[in-house]
Amino acid sequence: MTETQRIVVVGGGMVAHRFTEALRARDADGRFAVTVLAEEPRAPYDRVALTTYFTGRHPEDLELGDRALWDDPLVCLERDARVDTVDRDAKVVTDRHGREHPYDHLVLATGSYAWTPPTEGAHLPGVFVYRTIDDVAALRTYVEHRAQELGRPVRGAVIGGGLLGLEAAGALQELGATSTVVQFSDRLMNLQVDEGGGHALQRLIERLGVTVRCSTKTQAIKPDRAGRAGRLVFEGGGEQRVDVVIFATGVRPRDELARAAGLAMGERGGVVVDDTCLTEDLAISAIGEVACIQGACIGLIAPGNAMAEIAVDRLLGGDSTFPGADTAAKLKLLGVDVASFGDAFATTPGALELVYADPVAGVYKKLVLTDDARTLLGGILVGDASAYASLRPMVGSELGGDPGGWLLPEGAVERPNVELPDDASVCSCNNVSAGAIRCAVTDEGCTDVAGVKACTKAGTSCGSCLPLVKKIVGAELEKSGIEISNAVCEHVDMSRAQLFSAVQVSGLRTFSEIIERFGTGRGCDLCKPVIGSILATLYNEHVLAADRAALQDTNDRVMANMQKDGTYSVVPRVPGGEILPEHLILLGEIAKDYGLYTKITGGQRIDLFGARLEQLPSIWKRLVDAGMESGHAYGKSLRTVKSCVGSAWCRYGVQDSVGLAIALELRYRGLRSPHKIKLGVSGCARECAEARGKDVGVIATDNGWNIYVGGNGGFTPRHAQLLVEDVDDDAVFRIIDRYLMLYVRTADRLQRTAPWQEEYEGGLDAIRDVVVNDSLGICDDLDAHMARHIDSYEDEWAAVLKDPERLRQFSSFVNAPEEPDPSLAYVEERGQRRPATDSERGGGAVLIAPATLEVRS
Amino acid sequence: MTGASVNHPTTASAGRTRGSATTRVPICDVDRLTPDLGVAALVDGHQVAIFRLADGSVHAVQNVCPFSGAAVMSRGITGDRGGVPTIASPLYKQVFSLVDGTCLATMDKAPRPGRAADLVVYPVTVDNGQVYIDLAGDE
Repeated sequence: MTETQRIVVVGGGMVAHRFTEALRARDADGRFAVTVLAEEPRAPYDRVALTTYFTGRHPEDLELGDRALWDDPLVCLERDARVDTVDRDAKVVTDRHGREHPYDHLVLATGSYAWTPPTEGAHLPGVFVYRTIDDVAALRTYVEHRAQELGRPVRGAVIGGGLLGLEAAGALQELGATSTVVQFSDRLMNLQVDEGGGHALQRLIERLGVTVRCSTKTQAIKPDRAGRAGRLVFEGGGEQRVDVVIFATGVRPRDELARAAGLAMGERGGVVVDDTCLTEDLAISAIGEVACIQGACIGLIAPGNAMAEIAVDRLLGGDSTFPGADTAAKLKLLGVDVASFGDAFATTPGALELVYADPVAGVYKKLVLTDDARTLLGGILVGDASAYASLRPMVGSELGGDPGGWLLPEGAVERPNVELPDDASVCSCNNVSAGAIRCAVTDEGCTDVAGVKACTKAGTSCGSCLPLVKKIVGAELEKSGIEISNAVCEHVDMSRAQLFSAVQVSGLRTFSEIIERFGTGRGCDLCKPVIGSILATLYNEHVLAADRAALQDTNDRVMANMQKDGTYSVVPRVPGGEILPEHLILLGEIAKDYGLYTKITGGQRIDLFGARLEQLPSIWKRLVDAGMESGHAYGKSLRTVKSCVGSAWCRYGVQDSVGLAIALELRYRGLRSPHKIKLGVSGCARECAEARGKDVGVIATDNGWNIYVGGNGGFTPRHAQLLVEDVDDDAVFRIIDRYLMLYVRTADRLQRTAPWQEEYEGGLDAIRDVVVNDSLGICDDLDAHMARHIDSYEDEWAAVLKDPERLRQFSSFVNAPEEPDPSLAYVEERGQRRPATDSERGGGAVLIAPATLEVRS
Repeated sequence: MTGASVNHPTTASAGRTRGSATTRVPICDVDRLTPDLGVAALVDGHQVAIFRLADGSVHAVQNVCPFSGAAVMSRGITGDRGGVPTIASPLYKQVFSLVDGTCLATMDKAPRPGRAADLVVYPVTVDNGQVYIDLAGDE
């Protein structure tokens, strides 16, 4: 019987998160309880993605991992709890509130701070650093405030032209400020790229409107009349007017705590640790940027995560050691690809450099090879880093074929197809090797990328390795003879997307023709609804027309939602959630007359439960007569467009969200799709309609609308991603028309938009290219298809009510058409009825038989 | 049995039909059955699901789905599994043979307490354009 060991983690950054997550994942017996003491007033967040704060807009979007980690009884997260002292003898740390936290093992994960060179005026208002959410939030407030005061674009300057400096310049541009990057070195990103790469990068960045001054030292920041940052003065003469200044001049380890505790320090700071991340005090580890490992502090997330995993492994009795830092990096700065890996500066004796530069296209690529030009040592890619995912893991391996093939634009020549060695690291964020990915396929039975991601964590952090993961998984499956089948079912050997094109091109319009031409047998409950849906999407004919009724899934079959006892729920359309009082009263009357259980749906409409098959036509007659129509709550089709009340009533609304929601709902109503589709429209950035949880979310801005796509509630919640910004009403319709049509045509059976756009070749960027820039030349076709859909829409229920033949399908029994199902039984609960449970039926609880309900005609 | 198309003649239950004509109950005109679109019938207190398939054959099974307890089988989708004509439950999508009622796919669920996974099959005959069910199949 061992007691629970108390682990105290000082610091609440990304590495602290990884440590805690890994420990809880691996410590199945609950041997360790973790207390995380964070200085910032929030849970660990993705600092690498800090700049997305300006586009993602919400600090929560940056949260790391599953929030449930912090609810684990063995995990305690203390926010705003900077640690001030460590008492190594008593094994206790004291936080800034004077609270003591005893430990059995202490983990220092204090990270770094933004270092500012001693410069006159560095403390003036309007001078910022770029390290925490609070930093960027303060920067944003200042810039927005100054822009209003000045009535012109704010002039920004970033001191430092490294990775962080370019991020900051991008952030300034996002905020509508101009930006100048002042770099002390002779080129941008001098730590990652060589002279040629630096120049290519500078040209690309200048094209985007950023001014670059290299070989320039800032001597002072001079105040304006109000005492705010107003002017940069450069060494050797020259000045520049500024309104805001960001220092991005590097980071230094936060090692003061360790220093005060008397632990050994590295030459240039940092707590000295061995390859197991232990300090000289065996009860203290240090991980991440504060650790001086193998002689240096490393300011990258991948080695930090590796150290966290090692510290956990050691606590659990493992024997892993630090393999050395992979300093490879691939970034998208201001939309420009930059990657650097391995021996990028060709320091290996005899190393050869193979360079390809196209100044017009703005591309610079360099491979560093051994003296025999066979083995890859490293490289630099600027402007086009598409080869990065394949090349980085090849470092130390023979490239095979002509290495020049890797430098030419993708597709120009066949790239040599080389198998990665098993120990090659594919995902450096999570330290997953090619071998581990192969093993997930061969031993763990994973058959797709999603499975491998879940199993190995590969590609779950930055995602840059996903193309390679996909390739390895594909190759491995092929080798094991496993065919990745997207086939719809045993009758149709095609994916839904393939079947869609086949049906479209062939022009066939009946199930029997289609199954005869493209499938086998009589079909089944998988392929029939798929074909029914494709035909509905293509021709928008009635779902119960001709031989269609027998194809439709449960709910489409009778245009209502089947509930557990075989009765249905009825949901008329309430576009945008706006409802006339007369309609509300009618719904209440119908519910009372038929004894229907009544509930408000999540999509801002009203659901009436417990209607029997034979009651549906008379219920719908009353609804249709009063001007209501089918809500398609039963279909794999557009469900609702949820909206907030918008500018018509709301004090904060900036656009008419209800008006747009109604227009969108009426535009796309009845559109059949691979899965249900939900939209949302918010009238301001407060986002009360929760539009980013929808397949398509539209959020008002001062200048129009932002469109987000691929959001999802349900089992796998996702926030929708930004597709386009600040577009007008016409563009909202045009872009959503195309996005939805592309989805409807190319998604798999029951695949919602989030996984569809993730798996779409090239991801969201490629989709944006198709729907905004018409990169495939199909937009006219998509537009025409949607126009046809809109023109040919008719209310399915109104049409059925006019057709005695179809109405016959709503008989309870073919030999007793009005007789209610005698097996139905209900009990009363909270003033309404619900289906009786088995024990209530058996135990003689009060039952309401359906036949006893009086129905007013 | 003039002009009748006798169905699934290979099954034992179909054979039994002919021997026990007294329990035959007339249901409806065969023309009332749309191919592949099931109907429910109330036969002497029993709920029966009846299907006319595209090949003209007519099949009848219990209408209560063993996995949900709801009388819904008539509203399922017909099809085939490896050539065997099938019906899928509309609630949790279990697939049953229309020939002998065997549950071919349980979808990882167990039937409701007290119910067998397989469906009871009722012998059907079509006589002079009239569909008959033989309740002797229901023990």
